[in-house]
Amino acid sequence: MAILVTPETKILVQGITGGFGGRHAKLSIDYGSQVVAGVTPGKGGQTFDHGDTSVPIFDTVAEAVAETGATTSAVFVPPPFAADAILEGTDAGLDLVVAITEGIPVRDMVRVKRAMEGCSTRLIGPNCPGIVTPGMGEDSHGGCRIGISPGYIHKPGNIGVVSRSGTLTYEAVFQLTSRDVGQSTCVGIGGDPVNGTSHIDVIKMFMEDKDTHGIIMIGEIGGDAEEEAAAWIKENGTKPVAGFIAGTTAPPGRRMGHAGAIVSGGKGTAEAKIEAFKGAGIGVAETPSEMADTLLKMM
Amino acid sequence: MNIHEYQAKQLFKQFGVAVPEGDPCDTPEEARAIADRLVAGGSEMLVVKSQIHAGGRGKGTFKSGFQGGVKLSKSPDEIEDYARKMLGEVLVTKQTGEDGRLVSKLLVADAPEIKKELYFAVMLDRGTSQPLVMASTEGGVDIEEVAESTPEKIVKEWIDPARGLYPYQARKVAAALGLGGKLINSASKLIMATYKTWWECDASMVEINPLCIIEDSDGNQSIMAVDAKMSFDDNALYRHQDIQDMRDLAEEAELEIEASKFDLNYIKLDGNIACLVNGAGLAMATMDIIKHFGGEPANFLDVGGGASKEQVAAAFKIILSDPNVEGILVNIFGGIMDCNVIATGIVAAVKETGLKLPLVVRLEGNNVEAGKQTLSESGLTIVTGESMADAAQKIVAKVAADSGEEAADEEAGE
Repeated sequence: MAILVTPETKILVQGITGGFGGRHAKLSIDYGSQVVAGVTPGKGGQTFDHGDTSVPIFDTVAEAVAETGATTSAVFVPPPFAADAILEGTDAGLDLVVAITEGIPVRDMVRVKRAMEGCSTRLIGPNCPGIVTPGMGEDSHGGCRIGISPGYIHKPGNIGVVSRSGTLTYEAVFQLTSRDVGQSTCVGIGGDPVNGTSHIDVIKMFMEDKDTHGIIMIGEIGGDAEEEAAAWIKENGTKPVAGFIAGTTAPPGRRMGHAGAIVSGGKGTAEAKIEAFKGAGIGVAETPSEMADTLLKMM
Repeated sequence: MNIHEYQAKQLFKQFGVAVPEGDPCDTPEEARAIADRLVAGGSEMLVVKSQIHAGGRGKGTFKSGFQGGVKLSKSPDEIEDYARKMLGEVLVTKQTGEDGRLVSKLLVADAPEIKKELYFAVMLDRGTSQPLVMASTEGGVDIEEVAESTPEKIVKEWIDPARGLYPYQARKVAAALGLGGKLINSASKLIMATYKTWWECDASMVEINPLCIIEDSDGNQSIMAVDAKMSFDDNALYRHQDIQDMRDLAEEAELEIEASKFDLNYIKLDGNIACLVNGAGLAMATMDIIKHFGGEPANFLDVGGGASKEQVAAAFKIILSDPNVEGILVNIFGGIMDCNVIATGIVAAVKETGLKLPLVVRLEGNNVEAGKQTLSESGLTIVTGESMADAAQKIVAKVAADSGEEAADEEAGE
């Protein structure tokens, strides 16, 4: 078991004919994930071919869902059209939409988030590396890879990873795998100020997942999603959680790469988040090199 | 992106937010002409305001010694004189740092009779993902201090983005500020128009501090935005050419502008150990680990997920343009990207720039063995780090040793 996606999850890729989407669709196919459909308006009826795999392309998500039974989408469409693409996936009744696209205007995401209230579709991202549930094959082949993560660094196992940052997620996964410790599911929730799924949502899922035995939670400056998750863990946590917060040295008022990584008005500081982690019994890695070890010591 | 006060007021005018009459200028003569026109139009008091992207202008000091980046006067002569003392001079405020900012534009405006100063802002509340209107009876002061010491004096109203701000909500905010009678309509109109400015322009923040109750010579009171501060969502600028045109490159750090040309995310800091990293989170974490081991990071630099050889070369040049840099730490987790491509880029950049400073490289990920081989066979003195911690410790130690040697050399020379 895992959370959100399993190796059987049927994936459709919105924006599969674009350079970015196409490249990562191929990598997901290589990893052994079930990429069953592509969607590019105007290219319905064509196919996306990679090796022995031929993926049908549809004009709309609804058609792709009806024809292939896809339940999950990876959104790679450019920022101006991304909000529309996310809502199209919602309208088609997908279980999960994973928005990889970086650079979606905040106002668009504010409207998307409001429009998705009460819908059964879950949004992960935007501006995220996606999700990986490692498979049982060599280098975790045969797992479900949605997005842009390097699949081969994973290993199937019992640690859940949730993070706002892509490369820090890879760093944590790599540390775990190097120590021969596998992962249940790794979720990148994205670096934007408005995102579909926050730390607390993923933490709750990990706590309920019987195959997840420990959790690494990686946060960064900006907002208070980490504090919110920490408060929940303090009251309800049943499994060891270790964490790291990036941005202790970030100057206030500056956006550190991610649109959401900013300390403004004295809020969203690394210090406050680390304090919240400690107060909730979350093991805090002193440096990003010690994320895995910090958790393993607690288990 | 940030804009100047005069530009924010131009946007306010377009959206129907009341602002004092006035115009921007770049010469003392123009300042004089605007002042003359305002006096002819009935202005009894005038103000000349330095236009820089930093607060605390009124209490700032010019490097020439002249006090105050904002000056009041009744006389156009005096306004012209103030303008002469401000233009082309560097203003230092509590927000500019000691380098200050060059003043090359002024706003000359009517200074209405202020009865009371209030605070008003529109922003995104990240917790709820909703727009938030925030107001306070404590205007003209640091709102963060108000929030800290007297949070009960801050009024908040969340807005459902599906329906927008309704007038009743604006009246509710106005009433909470104690604005009754005729003022409630003037205030609600201004609040509605300010929200519209924020929403339509894809602003991150629109702040009016102070928002003022003003009184004209006949004793009529109304509400007016006496100051204006706006910042915008960079991701949405593509749909606002008019706002993009307001970008003032002189307000941005030169190296940061240069970096943006290569799609590099660079922010200069005060330390001496530069870093070059892929991914924003890892880049922040790399700065943090340098500090953890006793060093000081010189910059934030994210070369992005798919960094090319050209970007690595450009990144090195930018890093080396900072005279404070005494060592470089490269930290790449090449999940998908080929580590050997990065290694080749590093070797080329080191040769091209004739790098003399210590360089520690930590590579991990795809094709990493070939990458490490490229580094070791380059004939260059590149130290490799096995982990982030190892790499950070090595660069901190090398920089400390080098500056120790320099100090020893200096002593020996004396």
